[in-house]
Amino acid sequence: MADPVAVTLDADPMVPVPYEVVARRALSDDTTSLTLAPAGPRLADARPGQFFMLWAPGVGEIPISLGVAGPGGQVEESIRAVGAVSRALSATPVGGRIGLRGPFGTSWDLDAAVGRHLLLVAGGVGLVPLRPAVLDAVERASDFRGIGVVVGARTPGDLLFQDELTDWGERPGVQVVTTVDHADRAWHGHVGVVTEVLDLVDLDPARTTAMVCGPEVMMRFVAQALDGRGVPLADVQLSLERNMKCAIGHCGHCQIGGGFVCLDGPVVAADRALPLLQVRER
Amino acid sequence: MTDALVTTAAFDALLGALADDGRRVIGPRVRDGAVVLDDLDGVADLPVGWADEQSPGRYRLRRRDDDAHFGFTTPSTSWKPFLHPAREVVFRARLDGAGFEVTPPDAPEPLAFIGVRACDLAGIAVQDRVLGGGRFVDAGYAARRSDVFVVAADCGESGPTCFCGSMGTGPTATTGFDLAVGERLGDEPRFFVRIGSARGAALLERVEHTPATEADRADARAAAARAVAGQSRSVAAGEVAGLLARNLEHPRWDEVAERCLACTNCTLVCPTCFCTSVEDSVDLAGTEAVRSRRWDSCFTLDFTALGGAPVRGSVRSRYRQWLTHKLSTWQDQFGELGCVGCGRCLTWCPVGIDLTEEVAAIGATDGAENPGGTPS
Repeated sequence: MADPVAVTLDADPMVPVPYEVVARRALSDDTTSLTLAPAGPRLADARPGQFFMLWAPGVGEIPISLGVAGPGGQVEESIRAVGAVSRALSATPVGGRIGLRGPFGTSWDLDAAVGRHLLLVAGGVGLVPLRPAVLDAVERASDFRGIGVVVGARTPGDLLFQDELTDWGERPGVQVVTTVDHADRAWHGHVGVVTEVLDLVDLDPARTTAMVCGPEVMMRFVAQALDGRGVPLADVQLSLERNMKCAIGHCGHCQIGGGFVCLDGPVVAADRALPLLQVRER
Repeated sequence: MTDALVTTAAFDALLGALADDGRRVIGPRVRDGAVVLDDLDGVADLPVGWADEQSPGRYRLRRRDDDAHFGFTTPSTSWKPFLHPAREVVFRARLDGAGFEVTPPDAPEPLAFIGVRACDLAGIAVQDRVLGGGRFVDAGYAARRSDVFVVAADCGESGPTCFCGSMGTGPTATTGFDLAVGERLGDEPRFFVRIGSARGAALLERVEHTPATEADRADARAAAARAVAGQSRSVAAGEVAGLLARNLEHPRWDEVAERCLACTNCTLVCPTCFCTSVEDSVDLAGTEAVRSRRWDSCFTLDFTALGGAPVRGSVRSRYRQWLTHKLSTWQDQFGELGCVGCGRCLTWCPVGIDLTEEVAAIGATDGAENPGGTPS
C-alpha cells in the first residue's frame, strides 16, 4: 500500500513538524510511552539508536531516542519525566500535538553482529534506545550465534517492558538476564549491578558484538568488563548522552573531545568513546 | 586591474554606493570609550585620529597625532553579532489548543562590512565552516552571510595582544573580501585598494580611483611586515593541538582555574565561539510561542547539565574545555584551529588570563600530571 503522507526531506532541520498523540501508556511510575502519528508531512524513518528532538510547544525541546517505528510514519516514544519539558511531553493527552525534528545521529550497527554473538546491555531507561535493536534482532535471531540481553534497573518497578523481556527470553537462541539494585519482597531474581551478571551470558569474546546503553558510569564499567573478558572495544557500541539544544552540530552543548554527540554519536564504538569517558569532566 | 588608489572622498562615496544598493553599512566607530562595530553614515564616522591600547585585562583609547581612519588594531567586538546574532528568533508558532502553526523569521537585510581585519576575516571563515560547512546548514546564518559585501582593512600596526602572525591569519587579508584597503597617511592621504572579487571591482568602478604603482604595493608589503614584526605574543600553531591533547591532567589547569572567573567574556568576544542555547517563550494569552536562540558559553554550569547535574562542574574542566577546543579538538572536528589570534580574549578577560601564556606554561612542563585536579 502506498504511503499516504509525504516524507519531509527539505524542511529546515530546526523547525519541528506536528505529530499527534494517538495512544499513551504508563511504563513505570515516571516513564510514559506515547504513540505519535504525523499530523501533516512525516519525517524520514529513524534507525534504531537514532533520536528525535521532541518539542513541547511553548515549553521546550529535548532529545528522545527512537522507541519503535510503526506503520504510516508512527513512532512510539518513551519519556521519563525528570524536568519541565519531559513532564510536559509525558502529560500530553491523546489528541494533543507535539513537535518532532529528526531523525538525528548514528544508529546501532546490527549488521556488524551477523554471524557473531550479540550482547545487548541496558541500564534503566537505557533499554528504551536499545529496544528497537532487540526487537529487530529477535526477529532474525538465526542471523546470530546467540543473543544475550542483560537489563538492570534500580528496583523491580523500574524494569521496563517486562512482558517483552519475558517474551524475548522464551525464544530460541535468546538469553535474557535481569538484575535490580534494590529488590522487593516479590523479586526472586538477581540483585546487583549489570557487570555482576554479564558473565552469565554465554559468548565467545572474540566473536561478540555488544551494544550498551545506560548511565555513563554503567557503560564505562560494562565496556571495561567486556574488554577484560577479551571483547575488542571496537566491537562494543555505546550510546552517549550529553546536553543538546540543536541536534545538528551547531549549539556546541554536546561537544565531547573532537566530536559532537548529535552528529558523531549517540552510538559510538567504545575504542573511541571509552578514552573520552575516562577523563573526568571531559 | 587588481588594485587602485582612492581618496578619502572617494572612499566615502564607495560607502555611499553600498548604502544606495540597499545595504546596511557597518564598520568601526568610537562609542563609550571603545572602538565598536555599528552603522556608518560615511568615513567621518570611522575612529578618525584614534588608537587603542590593549593588554591582558585592559583596553583604552588614545588620540593619535594623525588623522588615520584605521589607526587602531582590533575593534572591541568581532563581527559575530551581525552574522550569528546574540539573540535571534528561530521561528514563531501560533498555538491553538491542540496544535501549532509555525512561521519562519523575516528575511535579513543585506549587509556591508567596512574595515574587517584579517584575523576577523579568518574568524568569519571559521564560523562559515561550523555553521554552514557541515551536514546541516544554519538557515539564518546562511541567509545573512551569503550576500555580505566585505571591505577588509589591512593592519599597519599590531597591538600587544595580537598574535595573528603565529596563527597564520594576518595581518594582510588574502581571501574572503570584495575589496581590501590599506591606509597611506601623509600630505596626500590615500587608500590603497586591492580587489578581491568581481563585484568589488564593479563597486570600485563607481567611484573615482587612480592606478596603483609598484611603489604603493611595496609600501603595503612593508606595512604588513612592520605589523608582524611588532607582535610579541605567539602560539606554536603546528604543535599546540598535540601538546594540549596529551596534557589533559596538567596541573596548570588547576592553577588557571584559581584565576578564571568563568565569566564567559572570552567566549562572547571570540569571533569563532559559536555555542548557543534555544529557549521558548509564550505570550500571556498562551497563544503565541517564540522559539529563540541565544549565545551560550561552555563556561556556564548549565551548559552541560544532564539529569540535573553538570558534566563539567569545575572551573578547571570548563577552562580546559574552552582552550582545548580552540587549540586542539577543533582541529579534529573541523580540520583547522579555532583560534585566529585576534587577542580579544586576553583584552576582555577581567583578570587578564592570556591563552598564549597558558599554552607556554603547559609546554614548559609537558607531561606533568595532576589527575582529577585538586579537590575543592
